[in-house]
Amino acid sequence: MRVGVLCSRIRVEEKLLFAELERRGIAYERIDDDDVIFDLNEGRYEYDVVLERSIHHSRALYALKVFNDAGVPTVNTASVADICGDKFKTTQALIRAGVPTPRTRMAFTPESALRAIEDLGYPVVLKPAIGSWGRLIAKVNDREAAEALLEHKQILGSYHHSIFYIQEYIPKPHHRDIRAFVVGDECICAIYRTSEHWITNTARGGQAGVCPVTPGLADLCVSAAYAVGGGVVAIDVLEAPDGRLLVNEVNYTMEFRNSIAPTGVDIPARIIDYTLDVARKG
Amino acid sequence: MRAICPECEAEITLPEGTVEGEILTCPDCAAELEVVSIDPPELALAPEVEEDWGE
Repeated sequence: MRVGVLCSRIRVEEKLLFAELERRGIAYERIDDDDVIFDLNEGRYEYDVVLERSIHHSRALYALKVFNDAGVPTVNTASVADICGDKFKTTQALIRAGVPTPRTRMAFTPESALRAIEDLGYPVVLKPAIGSWGRLIAKVNDREAAEALLEHKQILGSYHHSIFYIQEYIPKPHHRDIRAFVVGDECICAIYRTSEHWITNTARGGQAGVCPVTPGLADLCVSAAYAVGGGVVAIDVLEAPDGRLLVNEVNYTMEFRNSIAPTGVDIPARIIDYTLDVARKG
Repeated sequence: MRAICPECEAEITLPEGTVEGEILTCPDCAAELEVVSIDPPELALAPEVEEDWGE
C-alpha cells in the first residue's frame, strides 16, 4: 500500500492522521505542497491513494486534478474540492440535489447586489464565494451597511469580491449551529458550535459540544455529502427557528481536533479507514 | 531538542514528537513559528494566513 498525504502546515489533524497510519504500520509519503513539482507531461505517481490535507484551496484543487487525471484515487476528489471550495458551486449542487439550504442570490455589480439584498430582506449575509474560517463574512442589517459594504468590496477587494453571494440570515435562537462529519455513506458524529457571536466557527472561538445524530440529521448530511460528490466532508447545518435544518456549507479538508473529545468518535481512524478503502477499490 | 526563536532569540525546547511543518508559538514573544527542520532543529516565522487558506 502506497499512501501519499498532500499537506502544507502540519496541524493537530495531520499529526493525528500520521499517528493513525503509523499505528497501523502503513508507510506513507508526505507530499509537501511548498516543494512538490508536477511534471505535467511525464508525471508518474506511484500511489494507491492520496489523502489531501493542504491548507491552500488552489493548491489542493490543482494537485488533486493532477492525481485524478493520472488515475490515482484521492480523498477527496478534485471535483469535490472544486465544488466545496466555492460557496456558489456548493449551493448550486445542494439545490440541484434537493437538499434544503438558505435562500441565496448571486449578482455581479453593487447595484444589482443591493436589489438582490432588498429582495431577500434584511438581515442578509454577504460571503466571499471562496474563503474559510468565517473570514470576510458580513451580516448586513440595513441599506446603509449594504451600500458601504458593497462599495468597499468593489473598490478594495480583488475581482472575485465583486461576485456577490448573498444569503438570507438564519437567526440562531440557541446561539449555535451544527457541524456534522460524513465519511462515505455514514454521518459518524456531530457537534454543536455555540457562540454569543453570530459566527460560530471553532476557529473563531465557538465552543464545541456533542450533538446527537438523529436519523433526520444523518439523512440530511449524507444527502449533502452525496450532492457534492461524496467522500470525507464536514457539513455545516443551521437550525431555522421553525425547526427546519438547512445545510449552509460543506467542507472538504475538514478540521476535527475540537470534535473528537465531545463526540468520543475516533475521527482520524475513520478517515484512514475510508482512505484505505478507496485505495483498495482503486 | 532546542531551537532559537528568530523573532526574539529565546531558546525554545521542541516537544517530543515535533514534526517538520508544525506550527509553534514562542512562549516568550508569542510569535507563530514554523518548524522548518528537525535535524538540526530550526524555526522560522510562520507565513501569514493567505486568502485561499481554509478547510
